[in-house]
Amino acid sequence: MIRTQGDRCVIFELGDHIDANTGLKCLHLAQQIRRANLRGVTDVIPSFITVAIQFEPHPDHGGNPTEYFKEVTRSLIDQPVDSSLIESRIIDIPVCYEAEFGIDLDFVAQTAKCSVEDIIREHTESLSRVYMLGFAPGQPYIGIHGERLNIPRRSTPRTALPQGSVAIANRQTVIYPNILPGGWHVIGTTPIALFDLHRAQPSLLEPGDQVRFVSISSEHFKSIQNSET
Amino acid sequence: MGILIHKPGLLSSFQDLGRFGFQYLGVSVTGAMDALAHQMANRIVGNRTDLATLEMTLIGPQLTLTAPCCIALSGADMQATLDGLPMALNRPYIARRGQTLKLMSFVTGARTYLAVMGGFALDTVMNSQSTYLRSGMGGWQGRALKKDDEIPLQTPLPDNETLLKKIEAACWQVQLYLPLALQLPNLNRESVRVIASDQWPAFTADSLDHFLSNPWRISRDSERMGYRLEGPKLALSQPKQMLSEVTSFGTIQVPVDGQPIILMADHQSTGGYPKIATVAQVDLPTLAQRKPGDTVRFKLIDMAEAQRLDQLQQAAINHLAQPLEPVFKTFRPTFN
Repeated sequence: MIRTQGDRCVIFELGDHIDANTGLKCLHLAQQIRRANLRGVTDVIPSFITVAIQFEPHPDHGGNPTEYFKEVTRSLIDQPVDSSLIESRIIDIPVCYEAEFGIDLDFVAQTAKCSVEDIIREHTESLSRVYMLGFAPGQPYIGIHGERLNIPRRSTPRTALPQGSVAIANRQTVIYPNILPGGWHVIGTTPIALFDLHRAQPSLLEPGDQVRFVSISSEHFKSIQNSET
Repeated sequence: MGILIHKPGLLSSFQDLGRFGFQYLGVSVTGAMDALAHQMANRIVGNRTDLATLEMTLIGPQLTLTAPCCIALSGADMQATLDGLPMALNRPYIARRGQTLKLMSFVTGARTYLAVMGGFALDTVMNSQSTYLRSGMGGWQGRALKKDDEIPLQTPLPDNETLLKKIEAACWQVQLYLPLALQLPNLNRESVRVIASDQWPAFTADSLDHFLSNPWRISRDSERMGYRLEGPKLALSQPKQMLSEVTSFGTIQVPVDGQPIILMADHQSTGGYPKIATVAQVDLPTLAQRKPGDTVRFKLIDMAEAQRLDQLQQAAINHLAQPLEPVFKTFRPTFN
């Protein structure tokens, strides 16, 4: 389904709920559109169920951008997509899951009716994927975790979470790149900077990247933190 | 050699047309709130429209020009003076070294743009000179201007009074015709044109009626990220859990409290609230010139009409400074 948002944005909606297949389709379509270098396009933004194209008017669009973008993506949509088609890297993210770094870990374990160790294992044992970034520079939305991590967000968000907080809700993980408000459950903290303008690529993660969370001790956390600054 | 800030004003930051292409990494576009005034100021000093101008909000700064330069102001009238003499909007001025530019508080509008021929010497961060205030990047040290900041110019004019007088005389002979599409009555229109979102039918009939008939008040906590509106409560017919997706400059979101928020230049790249409509590109400038306490009404138009109006406006900007081009052509080689 193609929707519009104002007069400079078209949105391809490829599903109506979060699942890996829809997410992969979105990532694939976004990568293909980006690669096509279409005239007038200013941003290509994937989310779990949509790909948005923002644009400036261009003669190529023939005065009807919706039709134009529908036409140029016709061959890309409805193609079967598997994960091998997504250009992606595997990135290790060290996370300290000790109590002071994961303030909601006990709550999450209780809600999931399992042990804290089970939650950490669930979070670290398999590769997950960055489906989108948003809200703040470098802030990834990573998934799609198992049922155990299917916990709704807190009813009242916290006003400030520490930089690097790794938090879960609704089978997803977010990592807060700096001190930010947030309503997700914090299960750990990473010492790695998610966004740093001094790097050639400021954002550590991009849509499509695969992520492996690696459990580290608080000593290890501090030594990485020291070497990062 | 540039501009030296004595009083920074309420919120003065460098902005260009925006930091495009990085929203997929969560980086907001930012850029001039009133992109039209920004472009006009740039055109009038012979610049490309993508060079940063200084966006000044509600109460303007006071500054000294520490190098001769050609400057122009567009947007809100803030009773600007150059060494005590009133300075008109949308005219090029040749400022001498040591002259003081003073802006007071707004008479009309909310934002004034200062352009300098050749631009300000700012770092480009992720392809843009715009200040991203919330993330502390771009513009001048990633922040709004402060007292004693001195921002250098990319290409000041030579400090040669004979030449400066010549350029000044040439500029004054040029009649600048402000096309209809850029004239204030057109920009100060009471209603702002919007395009319905695909979620439009999901709102109650009463909500849609209120949305289009009510004069909405722009609340006090409205700023570059968004304008919060006060008026009757809007509601979906049935509560719906929304998944986070793209948002645009001008998107009107309706959070649970039913009071709409218009997302402005510094909006986040994604959001999860229901969206009732999006402001047409052509009317973002008039919206950006409204301030807390002002009211706004909405009028529905369709995509084709929005694009037609947008094109007319863009064409008007492109024609605006054409009469000045011979002047700039004559003098630019002498100082470049």
